[in-house]
Amino acid sequence: MTGNILLSVDDVVVDLPTPRGNLRAVDHVNLTVEAGRTLGVVGESGCGKTMLSRAVLQLLPKKAKLSGRVMFDGQDLLKLSPEKLRRLRGRSLAVVFQDPMTSLNPVLTIGTQLIETLQEHLELDDAAATRRSVELLAAVGIPAPEQRLAQYPHQLSGGMRQRVAIAIALSCEPKLLIADEPTTALDVTIQAQILDLLAREQQRRHMAMILITHDLGVVAGRTDEVAVMYAGRVVERAPTPALFKKMRMPYTEALLAALPRLDTAPHTPLPAIMGRPPDPTRPLKGCSFAPRCRYAVARCQTDKPALEAAETSAHQFACFHPIETHAGAEA
Amino acid sequence: MMHQSVPSVRPKSSGALLDVDNLVVEYPAGAKTVHAVSGVSLQIDRGETLGLVGESGCGKSTLGRAVLQLRRPTSGRVRFDGQDLTAMQGDALRLMRRRVQLIFQDPIASLNPRRRIGDIVAEPLVISGVKDPDERNRRVHEVLSAVGLDPTLVIGRLPHEFSGGQCQRICIARALILNPEFIVCDEPVSALDVSIRAQILNLLEEMKGRFGLTLLFIAHDLAVVKAVSDRVAVMYLGRLCEVGPSEQLFARPAHPYTALLIEAIPVPDPDVRPTETVPTGEPPSPIAPPSGCRFRTRCPRADQRCRDEMPELRAVAPGQFVACHHPLI
Repeated sequence: MTGNILLSVDDVVVDLPTPRGNLRAVDHVNLTVEAGRTLGVVGESGCGKTMLSRAVLQLLPKKAKLSGRVMFDGQDLLKLSPEKLRRLRGRSLAVVFQDPMTSLNPVLTIGTQLIETLQEHLELDDAAATRRSVELLAAVGIPAPEQRLAQYPHQLSGGMRQRVAIAIALSCEPKLLIADEPTTALDVTIQAQILDLLAREQQRRHMAMILITHDLGVVAGRTDEVAVMYAGRVVERAPTPALFKKMRMPYTEALLAALPRLDTAPHTPLPAIMGRPPDPTRPLKGCSFAPRCRYAVARCQTDKPALEAAETSAHQFACFHPIETHAGAEA
Repeated sequence: MMHQSVPSVRPKSSGALLDVDNLVVEYPAGAKTVHAVSGVSLQIDRGETLGLVGESGCGKSTLGRAVLQLRRPTSGRVRFDGQDLTAMQGDALRLMRRRVQLIFQDPIASLNPRRRIGDIVAEPLVISGVKDPDERNRRVHEVLSAVGLDPTLVIGRLPHEFSGGQCQRICIARALILNPEFIVCDEPVSALDVSIRAQILNLLEEMKGRFGLTLLFIAHDLAVVKAVSDRVAVMYLGRLCEVGPSEQLFARPAHPYTALLIEAIPVPDPDVRPTETVPTGEPPSPIAPPSGCRFRTRCPRADQRCRDEMPELRAVAPGQFVACHHPLI
């Protein structure tokens, strides 16, 4: 592995106590993100992708139990004091959530929220912070930024609110931005604009980014690497082109096939994945995807496949019967 | 004697089952007026699926409800099987409603959490006066099996015991129990995960064939709409931009807004670099829609004429109609 690793998630487990028993939301996950690179984390609801990001941010629910290690920028986040963590979050580790209304304070103006963040982390006087705020709003494509400073979140549209949330996240030049379903609540034309904006700012600032989404289409053209999660585990991880062209994990294949596409004729039956994900409070002995997998054999029900490397160390998958890649297939 | 286990499919007679003519829906917002639907006309043939796409706030759900008279239109006419729904009142409308149904976006929220699945699915029968409990029971079993659920395992349970996908199956069963002819599906898969979405789309297609249904399928996702629709109507800020056969409309969009929507879809292929989307900005408020063409404020082709003159739907290709002064084809 190269030496420029910004974030490393080692053997992270997140357990949530529920009335129905322990729910293992994240099950022994290992991930790394290099400085300036983008990682897409893809999975369906309940696969643990959001809990994983919360574990990195140290923003898990109070009752959650976390084990493993999260190293960010040379520091072990699990060992940091709450005060040091608070200094880190918002400064070098920033986040954009799905619903901007939950991250923006409804009773404070846009200006107050931006300026507060800037002054909390950087030593700026009021005039400098205001100037910086206007620049940031302009950079995220908000028209008439001076006027916006005096407005409240409810006066903006959903797309504009998400732009403000991104401006706040970018305000202190973070080294890593975690974007958790940043466009799911938005319309398709606005979604494209926000994804463009994130990609542009990521490149310009040479910032690392984790893009969490349920949509394989969103990560396809916009990430360097993708990790596919299912039932709390990373089941396949590869450089983005390899994942789409030479996918090995049957779940990844099924997920992509189940997606309606514009290039198929109307009324073509979709190859749906039968059944549904397993109950996370009743962990399966074998592979979690085995009950829905068309390649599954007896061993898949009894043994849990580990995430292991294929022909290149960058491409890993957790499957006993991976999809064969065609001999002589192009790289 | 011939015995058929599958319910008979209605004969495919020609002609429009649903005919919407110049429908207008406005409602007050304080002292102002929201122009939710502004003069929409469309027809759906018997046995056809018409997809209706547009972004949030474009009026597509309002249109769906106004078609079923769940919201009374401000003006315009809705004819169903030749009868004018907009002129119907009371019992006549109630009787007519047995022939039309609605499926909503949020399947969990549209099931009463305190009632058992068997009662929920049987309720339309109770309301329509089927008094024999055995008959009701038989029909509930039949329709639950049709949507892929095991009736004996399901009828005694409560909605919270089911996942989103299963709840949507239950909603579909409830919509089918009166053997309707026409169903408005309002974003029926938007709240579901990809793997479940495909199951429900396949189920809707299967039910359409089996029960001889005609569908108005409302969604914001073009790929989802294309998967099930014979024809597609694109709506923007209360008006139709374009109507045409699915395949043709996606291959050769005539309206700049249709083209923008197609371009904005993220493609699950790393070789397709996302195009930096040219037209920026957001839809204006339906309280104060722009003059002339409603898309002109975001349209790269807009000129003075688009400001002055409202474009009417006109044919650009066989079956394809566009409301644009400067169409792409």
